[in-house]
Amino acid sequence: MEIRKGIAVSPGIVIAKPMVFDSKDFRIPRRSITASQRMSQVKRVRNAFAEAINELTELDQAHSIEEGKIKDIFAVHLRYLRDKSFRKRITDYVCEELTTAEYAVSVILREIASHFENLKDTYISERAADIYDIESRLLTILLGEVRQEVEDLTEEVVVIAHDLTPTQTAGFNKTYVKGFATEAGGRTSHTAIVARSLGIPAVVALEDVTTNVTAESMVIIDGNRGVVIVDPDEETLDQYRQYALDFLRLEHELDTLRDKPAVTRDGVQINLLANIEFPEETGQALEKGSMGIGLYRTEFLYLTSGSEPTEEDHYKAYSETIKAFKGKPVVIRTMDLGADKLPSRTRYSAEINPVLGLRSIRYCLQNLTLFKTQLKAILRASVLGDIRIMLPLINNLQELRQTKMIIRDVMEDLDEDSIPYNSSVPIGIMIETPSSAITATLLAKDCDFFSIGTNDLTQYTLAVDRANEHVATLYSSADPAVLQLIRGVIHDANKAQIGLSVCGEVASDPEFIILLLGMGARTLSLAPPMIPEIKQIIRSVTVEQCNKLARAVAGMDSQRQIKNYLRDAAMKILPEAF
Amino acid sequence: MAETICEIEVEIKNADGLHMRPAMQFVDVASKFDSDIKVSNEDTSVDAKSIMQMTMLAATFGTKLKVRAEGSDAQEATEAIRYLVEEKLFDEKPG
Repeated sequence: MEIRKGIAVSPGIVIAKPMVFDSKDFRIPRRSITASQRMSQVKRVRNAFAEAINELTELDQAHSIEEGKIKDIFAVHLRYLRDKSFRKRITDYVCEELTTAEYAVSVILREIASHFENLKDTYISERAADIYDIESRLLTILLGEVRQEVEDLTEEVVVIAHDLTPTQTAGFNKTYVKGFATEAGGRTSHTAIVARSLGIPAVVALEDVTTNVTAESMVIIDGNRGVVIVDPDEETLDQYRQYALDFLRLEHELDTLRDKPAVTRDGVQINLLANIEFPEETGQALEKGSMGIGLYRTEFLYLTSGSEPTEEDHYKAYSETIKAFKGKPVVIRTMDLGADKLPSRTRYSAEINPVLGLRSIRYCLQNLTLFKTQLKAILRASVLGDIRIMLPLINNLQELRQTKMIIRDVMEDLDEDSIPYNSSVPIGIMIETPSSAITATLLAKDCDFFSIGTNDLTQYTLAVDRANEHVATLYSSADPAVLQLIRGVIHDANKAQIGLSVCGEVASDPEFIILLLGMGARTLSLAPPMIPEIKQIIRSVTVEQCNKLARAVAGMDSQRQIKNYLRDAAMKILPEAF
Repeated sequence: MAETICEIEVEIKNADGLHMRPAMQFVDVASKFDSDIKVSNEDTSVDAKSIMQMTMLAATFGTKLKVRAEGSDAQEATEAIRYLVEEKLFDEKPG
């Protein structure tokens, strides 16, 4: 039995078999196999070699004779892959050391590479790069098989990985993936967001967790306490089965709140909307009592198929959701990916600083065909219900006006083809950079609503990468600088009498709710599973209490002081929830 | 035809030595023959038909390699290798 402590980022308890995701960009951990699994691992090595030979032969044929240097490199790699003594060295390692195919490939290839690196002759020592390239090709094939397995699952599993990327999670079969445990990440990492939106437990920042798990293991993920247990003993298993039951019972209790309004004790109505990542979550959002969708992330459309989505792909995803919400608002956020995340786009090389680079609205404004395809589908769907368009990462008025002009262009195209749409569809922006927060009054003149994206706003204000475990502790939305911006934006939006919602992580953080209400927010958009708990808090407070707390926080000067104050206040107002 | 053993010594004369591309040519030539061919550089002896083993020999300019062929076409094999290494210089510039 192995107990690991990490950061709990999504509540719940699950006991299941693990599915381990290795990444070729990180060291492949040594994972043991049983003697009876030898043949299947050897077969995987052989298949990977055959597959790599096919890939290279195709690549080789795709290049013309003039590209002699490239052809030479492919030719060398091909000979390596056809070298039986090379392949045998790997399969022998599998059989003698009883490890997975991935581990054997990485060990042997690294041995050969280091042999080259240690040579004095620079011309030959540089050849280590070729070996790493072959390693990467073989590992991509082997790890791709695992990914396929997760898409074709037939039994419940928990996914264990160094980190999960949007491309990976978009491909998961969500009926069977019941929990996440990762080595990297923080409260607002992609893994955490997806887990919460799926309503499955997740624990992150677990050192070396992928090393401890084998295909035969049983894993407990406790997303309430931030604990992951590998191969639990009988006693622990029994204890956790009980925890899981208790947790379910609590959830059902909260579910009785579904049909009750989100109203404070002094009668102020709060609008609770859902953030969704995939159309499959529509049902859950309704079930948990959301009054609409406050943030419909559309990135899955670009990540699942491996190619650019067509207008029909977009239309289908939006129209299904809007029909399910029967007249309730559905805020669709346009594409919010970095150039680096997009499949089938090789025009852009890797960026040193992607968070500050070509991403989101910036990418859309440079790739109008892709952008207009999405806008056209949203506009077509706008006659089906209360659809609103939300633009991410808008930094200034010029970007906003330029984008609105493009939307008008698309409307004209629709007019020409006599396709109906809602010509007064509300257009709003995410406030997620310090620049847009500071100039909110200017921006408010040209749009219908703001939605404060507190995750990016915190990251950009504090200059902290929330996914980097070494600095993640410096990331806090309770920082006075961040709170000052949020307070200002809410004030400016209310003054301009435009819509205002908060859709970031803080909107589902029980300790933050009282503060947000006190700062004047009346619409919150959050992960569906969190709605009942947040509603319970709202129903337990008065706006007067909230205002008092917000005034006190405005006078505080440190993140820690604010955090402690919020926690104490929440516990006083609502002891049973904490 | 009778089994023969043929052993020669060749010197690497191209400037960049036995890096990837020359090693590939070496393996290609050796693989044309039925004979079992071993190449040795001081204490290390490797299979001339394995690119992994040949590149790991890391023979630089001026290295003298022993080539030992055993089989029906051993004579032709060693001659073809000698021609590739010492006269054709793997189509590379001399050292």
